[in-house]
Amino acid sequence: MARDSRQAVLDRLRSRIVDEVELPSLYGDDTISAVAIGFDDPPRQFSDTVEAVGGMCVQVGNLGEVRAHLEADELFANASNRCSLVGPEIPGNVQLEEIEDAHQLANLDYVVARAEFGVAENGAMWITDREIRHRASLFITQHLAMVVWRGAILSNMHQAYERIASPGTPFGLFVAGPSKTADIEQSLVLGAHGCRTLTVFVVDEL
Amino acid sequence: MHWHDGALWFVRSKRDRIAASLPEWERLRATASQIKSHTISNLPDYLEQFEENARKLGVQVHWASDAQEHNEIVFGIIQKHNARRVVKSKSMLTEECHLNPYLESRDIEVIDTDLGERIVQMRGERPSHIVLPAIHIKKEEVGDTFAEHLGTEAGASDPQYLTEAARQHLRDKFLQAEIGITGVNFAIAETGGFVVCTNEGNADLGASLPKVHIACMGIEKLIPRFADLSVFTRLLARSATGQPITTYTSHFHGPRPGCEMHIVLVDNGRSLIRDSSEFRAALGCIRCGACMNTCPVYRRSGGHSYDAVVPGPIGSVLSPTVDTKKHRSLPFACSLCGSCTDVCPVKIPLHHQLLAWRKEIAGHGLLPASKTVAMRAASFLFQRPRLFSVAGNVGRRMLRMLPNSLVYNRLNAWGMDRDLPVAPTESFRDWWRKQNRINGNGTDADRKSTTNGNAEKTAQATHASRDRDEEQHHG
Repeated sequence: MARDSRQAVLDRLRSRIVDEVELPSLYGDDTISAVAIGFDDPPRQFSDTVEAVGGMCVQVGNLGEVRAHLEADELFANASNRCSLVGPEIPGNVQLEEIEDAHQLANLDYVVARAEFGVAENGAMWITDREIRHRASLFITQHLAMVVWRGAILSNMHQAYERIASPGTPFGLFVAGPSKTADIEQSLVLGAHGCRTLTVFVVDEL
Repeated sequence: MHWHDGALWFVRSKRDRIAASLPEWERLRATASQIKSHTISNLPDYLEQFEENARKLGVQVHWASDAQEHNEIVFGIIQKHNARRVVKSKSMLTEECHLNPYLESRDIEVIDTDLGERIVQMRGERPSHIVLPAIHIKKEEVGDTFAEHLGTEAGASDPQYLTEAARQHLRDKFLQAEIGITGVNFAIAETGGFVVCTNEGNADLGASLPKVHIACMGIEKLIPRFADLSVFTRLLARSATGQPITTYTSHFHGPRPGCEMHIVLVDNGRSLIRDSSEFRAALGCIRCGACMNTCPVYRRSGGHSYDAVVPGPIGSVLSPTVDTKKHRSLPFACSLCGSCTDVCPVKIPLHHQLLAWRKEIAGHGLLPASKTVAMRAASFLFQRPRLFSVAGNVGRRMLRMLPNSLVYNRLNAWGMDRDLPVAPTESFRDWWRKQNRINGNGTDADRKSTTNGNAEKTAQATHASRDRDEEQHHG
């Protein structure tokens, strides 16, 4: 039956020849990416945009400084269940590899993860599940910190997708700011279902 | 409904500011429009390409001709897993197919996880806006609903407090769910993957905790290339809420290890819309809701007055294609101001399509008698200036003199739920004649030329004062 519907839908669509519209090129001379907004100082614009979408942005030199900053932060210092996805420089007590079922992450308080790059025009950061056993960790945690290299801040989304080129992993995510909603009378509330706070560390050296 | 109007105008203004901050905005819209038109014209090929690539990623692809078949497919998957608990993130398609009542009547618990949709679900209502489902509900009413269903403090109306209560409640639902259903914002033919955009993160929790993920999409959601996402992710949130991008833009390319991923491709009338050169462009809609936020009629009347799954300008174009008779009045509830067309991120000529619908509906003989009889009467009068003048005079006098019981009755739809304006004592013609007498005594030729000049000035003045009103109104 499902097979029939497939054929029925395709037949219905093919029974009508529709005027061809050319698919526009996205890259190269006189394309949208060529005229898209660019910034003189993308990291600075990125930082402003992250704050505008409800995140906190901190400029640091290296991962050691990220650690110092986190340890001075009550939310991190008081967190019982922390997970670090950026390496041993940031200590954590939850190892995703040791966890069988993502449901066991229900009490996760703090996750520190690494973004592949950031985008200045919208404060979004790209992260994939290439090295993350449970991607639920990114959404179920109460607080999220992202670390991104200063040299990997692009201006706009055309550059972003050009850089990704092809997905390559089952899951890829742009995250911009903490989880939010304005569904009750248009009042903005941070911390809808995902993280309540998002801290972004722009690091000189990674 | 003044607050409703104000809330939506606020969103519209945010959209204007952020659109204006991109110098390439119009080029972006044109590019998006072209990509969508191209995709729709080659839809069968792209669907096959998408299916093939999705299968390679380990995704199970299903096809549904109509809503019923869609619901059966989803229920079949749930049954196969002996599941009872489903979490669902926002999907206008499942709303269109009435999936919730279908599953509930088969003893499946379906929880809408978008906060606005959950509020609406608890209240037994329907979303009144495709992006802001609970825009018609006041926070005090949400407080009452939550007090009843979630045990929050009676009388509480603080959005922060209420949102926190919903977060706790829905966390439990996410953790218990056996199946997660999401909609699809964009499906990529080239890769076989799809993208879901939310601010709350509900689609992501729903797709990363349960072992089974079902994504339901209309066949028009396709885009050809992965890089096309760069155009649409720049347009969607800016047009919808005035944000530079949604908080979460999730790209799904296959199931998690040991899990299942299903995609249900649904036609349900879309191929018919594609057949019509007049309405085809409406399939490019990315469901941002910008046309609703800007529509003067929608802002003042609210989404429920449309009695359609998708309200507002785009809903008034799409709904009659599904059931012309039921929705025949929608294309007439439009002032043809064209604001929807101006803000549409994929340049759907909405107000032209609404006008086209009027012709179509009249052609099908579907106009109600109140309209056809009134139109014939108006046409008769307009062709007879003298009679028109007399009728106007009598009408104005009657409206002032007649008792309310005669003016406000079943036949006068304009008098239902509102007072008619007080009829003026003189007509425009009377006033004009008086002005000419006061201004003096030009020759006929002179009078003719001043007449034209004045008419133009009057028109300009009216225009200016309308603009002023609008500004004050929203300022």
